[in-house]
Amino acid sequence: MANGAQVKIGNRSGLAHIEVRGMTMAYGDFLIQKDLNFTINQGDIFIIMGGSGCGKSTLLRHLVGLHPPVAGEVFYQGSSFWQLAPNERNALMRRMGVLYQGGALWTAMTLAENIALPLEEYTSLTPTEVNELVSYKLSLVGLKGFEDYYPSEISGGMQKRAALARAMALDPETLFFDEPSAGLDPISARLLDDLIIELRDSLGATIVIVTHELASIFAVGNNSVFLDAASKTMIAEGDPKRLLAETDNPIVRKFLTRGEEGYP
Amino acid sequence: MQSKSLTISYLTDNSVEISFLGDWCLTCEVETWQSLQAQFEQYPEPPKEIDFVSSDLENWDSKLLLFLVKLDAYAQSRHIPVNWDGLPDGAKGLLRLATEVPERSGARRRTGTGSLVYRLGKWAMGGVEELTGLAAFLGEWLLSIGRFITGRASFRWVDFNRFLHSAGAGALPIVGVISLLVGAVLGFVGAVQLQMFGAQIYVADLVGLGVVREMGAMMTAIIMAGRTGSAYAAQLGTMQVNEEIDALRTMGISPMDFLVLPRTLALILMLPLLCLWADALGILGGLLVGVSILDITLLEYLQQTKEAITLTDIATGLIKSLIFAVVVSLAGCLRGLQSGRNSAAVGNATTSAMVTAILLIVIWDALTTIIFNRLGI
Repeated sequence: MANGAQVKIGNRSGLAHIEVRGMTMAYGDFLIQKDLNFTINQGDIFIIMGGSGCGKSTLLRHLVGLHPPVAGEVFYQGSSFWQLAPNERNALMRRMGVLYQGGALWTAMTLAENIALPLEEYTSLTPTEVNELVSYKLSLVGLKGFEDYYPSEISGGMQKRAALARAMALDPETLFFDEPSAGLDPISARLLDDLIIELRDSLGATIVIVTHELASIFAVGNNSVFLDAASKTMIAEGDPKRLLAETDNPIVRKFLTRGEEGYP
Repeated sequence: MQSKSLTISYLTDNSVEISFLGDWCLTCEVETWQSLQAQFEQYPEPPKEIDFVSSDLENWDSKLLLFLVKLDAYAQSRHIPVNWDGLPDGAKGLLRLATEVPERSGARRRTGTGSLVYRLGKWAMGGVEELTGLAAFLGEWLLSIGRFITGRASFRWVDFNRFLHSAGAGALPIVGVISLLVGAVLGFVGAVQLQMFGAQIYVADLVGLGVVREMGAMMTAIIMAGRTGSAYAAQLGTMQVNEEIDALRTMGISPMDFLVLPRTLALILMLPLLCLWADALGILGGLLVGVSILDITLLEYLQQTKEAITLTDIATGLIKSLIFAVVVSLAGCLRGLQSGRNSAAVGNATTSAMVTAILLIVIWDALTTIIFNRLGI
């Protein structure tokens, strides 16, 4: 599908926070996605969606600076990420928080130590202040009192929330979530969705979520990009609810209706 | 304090109004809660209500929230009503999140180490547990060998071949280099002493017997403990972290048959062979020193070595190395299977496998040397 045929619906006008221009991602000779162009605005809850194996998580890894794109650029508030000097790039990465799919808590440290690590590395807070801040961050995700637990001693849902507390340790401007509701029961997943909206509203953060959970996509997302595995490029962007109502693209329709509509 | 970050006004109806000024961010110097609390305490009666003004508040982050959380806890303990309306919307939202879920009772850990008696008891119980674990492991392993011999063990020959290769041929270079050098060092040290008596030809006896009876087996075992035993511990420990061992168990496949048996058998087969290789290269090391530094011809040295070493000497070395192989491979597998489910635990398992193996190697070596000596072998 050529770029011109992309579906574009309901882009909120806001301050452009992250801009992706002509980006191509590949591992060696293996092309993942090409010709990606989209804008994530300040305060968006932006969904990266698409079927399994289409490169959603890879796109997230490119956005947070773990992989350089093969072609094209990622702009953060107007400055091109890969053209920044290494120390500026590090400073930029410190203003992002990432919640990895499995939580990625450091298993040999307690929850408190996990959250305290970025604070100790990058701020000049006293140990008392760090401890207070750790308790506060844990209370934000409903884990007050679990400071001295190791990740292996708490449930999967709690690990996810603890990982979120760690991602928020440095009050990031942008929070990235890789499959936040994977492995959670419906109620926990719903609570996490509510928490994401609450955090966006309260922190004023921009949130980028990789997911294929339809319920979450419609509940939290106000902007999105749809990656297609077959044509290896994006085929739709915009508010997921309006995409569902208005798009004619059969692949997107099929996805957003759980296969009930769209071509066989 | 560089600039004022907070002003407090006491209103006529005995309520307090707190105004936030300027930046309240993690890197800023701001008024501490302690100093505000001290001001509150000075008044004869607590304020009737606390209000906020945030019109002059500029940037804020978790620093402001920390302050508010503490204020909230204080106000609740003194039953002072707080009117949060004057705060920015975001701060109100975060404060609600932070206070929404109460601390789960009993969640907090009781820390402290306990009395000396308690710790001593715990240590002793740990020791007993360790020993029973060791005995159980050894028993299970023997049962597993029984199953293997009768052909009932789920044993993968592909794995076994791979382990044979890595524990055998893969170890030849390092074992060879170290044995050659140890042999050369033995020869050199011996030569210096024996030359004083004009008995330099006996360097061949010294190196030959030393390497074949002691050093060959022991050096090989220690190298293999570091090279292969610790690898076994790391492999099984990582499998434990990834729940791979649980996955085997639920499929009815015994980890003992499937994981431990091929590893231990491979090392038990290969270590004696490596020991022979080490013996040969150790003797070669001594020979190089003898021929080049002392006036011994190649043939003389070989003849002397041949007369010095009997088949019994080689057999004692091999018997030792067989036992070392059991010790090294079992220590690696046991520690790996006992590993906890985190990265530090895998590291500990690897270290512990090494330490256990080397300790047992040295103890066993000393014991057998004494036993063989008493038996006159």
